[in-house]
Amino acid sequence: MALLTESEAQALLQKVLSFSKADECEASLVGGTSGNLRFARNTVSTSGGSDTLTLDIQSTFGKRTGRARINEFDDASLAKAVRQSEELARLAPENPEYVSFLGPQTYLEPKAFVDATAATTPAQRAEAVAKSIAVCNQEGLTGAGYLDDNASFVAVANTRGLRGYQRSTGVGFSITIRTKDAKGSGYGVSDFNDIRSLDTEAVTRTAARKAKLSAETRAIEPGKYTVILEPAASVDLIGHMVSAMNARNTDEGRSFLSKPGGGSRLGEKIMDERVNIHSDPMHPELPGNKWSFDGRPQSRVDWIKNGVVTSMAYSRYWARKQGLSGEGTPPVSGGGVIGSEIGAFEGISGLIMTGGTASLDELIKGVERGVLVTRMWYIRPVDPQTLLYTGLTRDGTFYVENGEIKYAIKNFRFNESPVIMLNNLEALGRPQRANACLIPPMVVRDFTFSSLSDAV
Amino acid sequence: MNRRHFIQRTGLATSALLLPSWSRAAAELASRDPLPGALKKRLADAALNAATARGASYVDVRIGRYLNQSVATREDRVQDVTNTESYGAGIRVIANGAWGFMATDQLTVDTIARAAEEAVAIAKANAILQTEPVVLAPQKGLGEVTWKTPIRRNPVEVPLAEKVELLLAANAAALKHGADFVNSQLFQVNEQKYFASTDGSYIDQDIHRIWPTFTVTAVDKQSGRFQTRNALSAPSGRGYDYLDANPAGKRAGVTPRYFDSYDIIEDATIAAEQARTKHSAKSVAPGQYDLVLDPSHLFLTIHESVGHATELDRVLGYEANFAGTSFATLDKWESKNFAYGNKLVNFVADRTQPGSLGAVGYDDEGVPAKEWMIIKDGILVDYQKTRDQAHILGQKESDGCSYAQSWADVQFQRMPNVSLQPGKTPLTVADMIKNVEKGIYILGRGSYSIDQQRYNFQFGGQLFYEIKNGEITGMLRDLAYQSNTQEFWNSCSAICDQRDYQLGGTFSDGKGQPSQASAVSHGSATTRFDKVNVINTARRI
Repeated sequence: MALLTESEAQALLQKVLSFSKADECEASLVGGTSGNLRFARNTVSTSGGSDTLTLDIQSTFGKRTGRARINEFDDASLAKAVRQSEELARLAPENPEYVSFLGPQTYLEPKAFVDATAATTPAQRAEAVAKSIAVCNQEGLTGAGYLDDNASFVAVANTRGLRGYQRSTGVGFSITIRTKDAKGSGYGVSDFNDIRSLDTEAVTRTAARKAKLSAETRAIEPGKYTVILEPAASVDLIGHMVSAMNARNTDEGRSFLSKPGGGSRLGEKIMDERVNIHSDPMHPELPGNKWSFDGRPQSRVDWIKNGVVTSMAYSRYWARKQGLSGEGTPPVSGGGVIGSEIGAFEGISGLIMTGGTASLDELIKGVERGVLVTRMWYIRPVDPQTLLYTGLTRDGTFYVENGEIKYAIKNFRFNESPVIMLNNLEALGRPQRANACLIPPMVVRDFTFSSLSDAV
Repeated sequence: MNRRHFIQRTGLATSALLLPSWSRAAAELASRDPLPGALKKRLADAALNAATARGASYVDVRIGRYLNQSVATREDRVQDVTNTESYGAGIRVIANGAWGFMATDQLTVDTIARAAEEAVAIAKANAILQTEPVVLAPQKGLGEVTWKTPIRRNPVEVPLAEKVELLLAANAAALKHGADFVNSQLFQVNEQKYFASTDGSYIDQDIHRIWPTFTVTAVDKQSGRFQTRNALSAPSGRGYDYLDANPAGKRAGVTPRYFDSYDIIEDATIAAEQARTKHSAKSVAPGQYDLVLDPSHLFLTIHESVGHATELDRVLGYEANFAGTSFATLDKWESKNFAYGNKLVNFVADRTQPGSLGAVGYDDEGVPAKEWMIIKDGILVDYQKTRDQAHILGQKESDGCSYAQSWADVQFQRMPNVSLQPGKTPLTVADMIKNVEKGIYILGRGSYSIDQQRYNFQFGGQLFYEIKNGEITGMLRDLAYQSNTQEFWNSCSAICDQRDYQLGGTFSDGKGQPSQASAVSHGSATTRFDKVNVINTARRI
């Protein structure tokens, strides 16, 4: 069982640090258990589980840094890994951007760990998936889906006295349901920290309803449409926008927040005044991380307030170079993988966009003519200058007229910038959790669909 | 503290687990020597025997050591050097007609045998849910065989200082020639894989891949605009010799094109100049153009519109919840007359091509690498298959398409190299351009997106040149093209000959839940497509 307690984790880390001969050394542990169940064609295709524990060591001599990673924990292996990180540090050139590790920090205490999730058994997983498959069979539809849950911890310690420990749990379920003739497809998705909130049957019924509703589609002309975007449809675009709010790139003149002649658009209103986006590790529905990758405490950050850019993310190096407190600026988030081909690449998590009280159905009622979008797919950047993205609608796209869903339509390719999208805001509904963010369903005018897709 | 290790279990059929693929890191001088063959055979036999004794009808064992390195720089500084080493074994079994899988990083005769027994227990538990027993295409035992990527210079043995020096020299060249910023990286992969199965195969392979790349940025402070140009290198199944800047390995043209050898300093120099030139390039007028697509660009269009569409697991619905399905359904294949493209269009799948990312001697279920036609004279004639898929098409042999990203992940169907065959009539790029009245010549990998059944796609690029009445008139910007797979490959009007054939590729193609990465190349010669829809991507925010 690799879910170490705080005292177990810190004892191990202190032992690692005791082997260090470097000027500075930082060690972190990541461990935990996870399980998953994958199914397709209404039968289970994969079940899996893991129990992992990994140690990362970073050693520094002056401004030379080396890293080593190991998953063996006897004293000889720990000492060897420390020596290896030191050896790499000696081989590496000096990095003029190196900033010393942080000393002791005070962290907030998000409640991200739920015992019930950590105690999930393979039988519970199978039961949850069986409920989903049963709906598919009852409805005469074909389901493919994925359930995964995890209980994990992270712990850090360094030679300057920093100590940290956090546990968290998570569960996610998604399903794509297709009609037997492959003409209709619907999607449902849900994620929580607490597995007791997960209702695979309800998610499946949503997807099944959309699959049946979309079995007969009509083609409508591409162009600019009012759209009703479900949270799963807009969350990636919003995540990409916030993850691009990087101070260094902006100051270097290569961001959508860079201004002609130099400077940034920080403090400028760049979208509708109803747009408010923040992150907050203490949000009860979306508990976040205690610290960022460089050890800085996480706290509430308002990224967009009343449509105005209110924050950018800084590395400690760049903040200092700009004469700011390296510790007082919002930390930079991790990035994606260079060259990754995977669809729907990971965006930033933990974003909260405030909304109203209207349900999705109530939003639909307020739309005279528009397109309801369930999900967007294969979203890729086209122009980083304007944050133009392209991608496609998928698994439930409907034409809405006079406040009602009239019929399913063929999928569209879009070319749109989230900045333009949030400028053209018409209405916001009640936020829901999607991809580890809280995002409201929203109505947006003049969303640009540039071509039709035959894909179901 | 007790020694801790991870245990993972997977059940039926195809998939992977969310685990770090490179779980143990080491410094530059970490254990490079491969594990002795006799030890690997002893460990593998322990697993084969243990699983068979528990009732498995088939067992395979993969003992892997993965040595990888990445070096990242920007301008005049090194940002990160990471070495990782991962070592362990994955055991896959069939028992009671169902798959079971177990991986362990504890490699002793006892621990690997216990892991094999657990794989059998999982298979038996899963068999209750199995509606149709697994059927494997036969594979003759190969005895003890070896294979090694043909490399002249092993990247693992090149000193870190040499790699850093080369990247920083490329950065310096870019900065000198007009770049404001430059980020460069070098990735190298070495998979040392040992495979054994109850068919009687013991296969030892040493596989290498390398990818040098960069992005240069030129900022225009006055307008507040910036332009970038990425490297025209290809990730490659070659050694460090790919970086030897051999003039014989490139072709001249409107910009140098790198085939068998890459000159990163020259490319960075020219990239900086081109990024600067893009600021004054003409914004494209949307409309229909004839496209002339360089292999450094076309590989990705092939990958998305042909490679993924002809994966049999997608066709059958196993990837429906994530990557999607495919328009290239079985009825189209059965009809024997589905015109994927016109008669010029021939696609070969293979895992044999030297220098390619997909080249191996044997796949991850012990099937010798081979090549076969996917599209012949424009007609869909076959798919990509593993041993448990061949019978679905009434075939008796796997295509050798099984791959796992590490010992810790279960192998499943992954894309081989899928390449467009060059034209049979002599044709150079210059002659192709001469015949284009209104067109655009596109080089390099840019933005890419395609729907979940592989019909509608949109691609950008790195370099766009306007062609008017047979001549290149200047650079364009703000453009992407959109098409539909079948329409696109039927609009193919000319393919340059073998002399222009070149491989492109991608280092980390993703598939599965949890996702696994694989590397794959796609070859082509420069190819022309008529009357393709081009859009203008410029916006104001």
